[in-house]
Amino acid sequence: MTTNYREIAANGLWDQNVVFAQVLGLCPTMAVTTSGTNGLGMGLATMAVLIASNIIISSVRMFVTAQVRIPVYIVLIATLVTIVDLVMNAFMHDLYKVLGMFIALIVVNCAVLGRAEAFAARNTVVASAADGLFMGLGFTLALVVIGLIRELIGTGTLFSQASLLLGPAFSFLEITILPGYGGTLLMILPPGGFAVLGLLLAGRQYMERRRAQQAEAANTSALAAA
Amino acid sequence: MNFEQLREKIGYHSVLLGVIGLATSAALALANHSTLDSIRAAEAKDLQDSLKQVLPDGLADNDLLKDATEFTKDDGSKVTVYRARLGSDPKGAVFKVASRGYAGDVVALMGVDVKGRILGVRVIKHQETPGLGDKIEIAKGTWITAFDGKSLAEPDTAHWGVKKDGGIFDQFAGATITPRAVVKAVKGGLDFYAAHKDEIFTKPAQLAAKE
Repeated sequence: MTTNYREIAANGLWDQNVVFAQVLGLCPTMAVTTSGTNGLGMGLATMAVLIASNIIISSVRMFVTAQVRIPVYIVLIATLVTIVDLVMNAFMHDLYKVLGMFIALIVVNCAVLGRAEAFAARNTVVASAADGLFMGLGFTLALVVIGLIRELIGTGTLFSQASLLLGPAFSFLEITILPGYGGTLLMILPPGGFAVLGLLLAGRQYMERRRAQQAEAANTSALAAA
Repeated sequence: MNFEQLREKIGYHSVLLGVIGLATSAALALANHSTLDSIRAAEAKDLQDSLKQVLPDGLADNDLLKDATEFTKDDGSKVTVYRARLGSDPKGAVFKVASRGYAGDVVALMGVDVKGRILGVRVIKHQETPGLGDKIEIAKGTWITAFDGKSLAEPDTAHWGVKKDGGIFDQFAGATITPRAVVKAVKGGLDFYAAHKDEIFTKPAQLAAKE
């Protein structure tokens, strides 16, 4: 079986996007997307865990039997997240102070277990690593988009505290769009997250439907021409 | 017997789970062991930074982290007190106080000088509503500096509260519970200092209990 990397990339970023298409991992999605920076940090941390868990699980897939696969995957993922948590606390302590409470949430992100089940358990190590990368990128993208919208409406800024996450060189990302804006508390609280996600899902559905209609119209006209 | 057949045996599952358990435990032990020192150092530095925030510059020249001792409060909970000294003169004490806020405990670090006046208070942990209750953080507002220089005598006990309760401290629009919790915690800290004033600087230093 040859691996179609173009399809893996398209699935991760759009067609099977963890948040927008599979609607998985909503707990971290709602909890951290109060700003673009938080979304980016959480997305990247999840991506690292996804890649590592996909690699490990696909490399032991020969030995893991169907009957006990779920406990095996959960133990492996939990171990991995704990190690990431310890390493970040030790060597990236400032970042850890911003993201620390969310790292443990990666364990309960069913997207990680979902990819282990749906992809890593039956594909090669390299393909699984690619799947982890693109699923992680798609998740990061979704979190950043939701985070930016909530941050803009909620506090009138974009990427505030980005330099804390990425280093002082990235302070140019921090933009105050609406100076002196009082803020809309609702957007920062969980209901704002649900509202933004709902609207984005509706927008994605609309785009998908139009695309399908256009394809159908092209099909019928092609048939008519023939 | 080949591998395919072996995989179907019930014993294989148990062995597999056992091996995974052992391997992951070993990985965790290794990760814990190799990060322990760095994490301790980073946490000690965090503590040092927050200690500095509640003590004026130049007040003390000792290593507060090493000059720590533990007291048991009236309610049975333990509190670690860091003593600030200049030479051998006691200058102030720093300790944590906590009180129940709107969502969970609000934890603050406060510094008190030898006469029982507040040198500084900083909220170090809370889960109050963003945009309303979080103005107690120094990053979000200067409200917390209203405690500087206050003591049990000034204002008197009747005025140790938020304005809504007849006290002297501001509450925030839409959030009274949070400032009330901080005021209560700080007042509790002053009471604790007054109750143990005589032994705070004389009790021998002991290693601070890890939280």
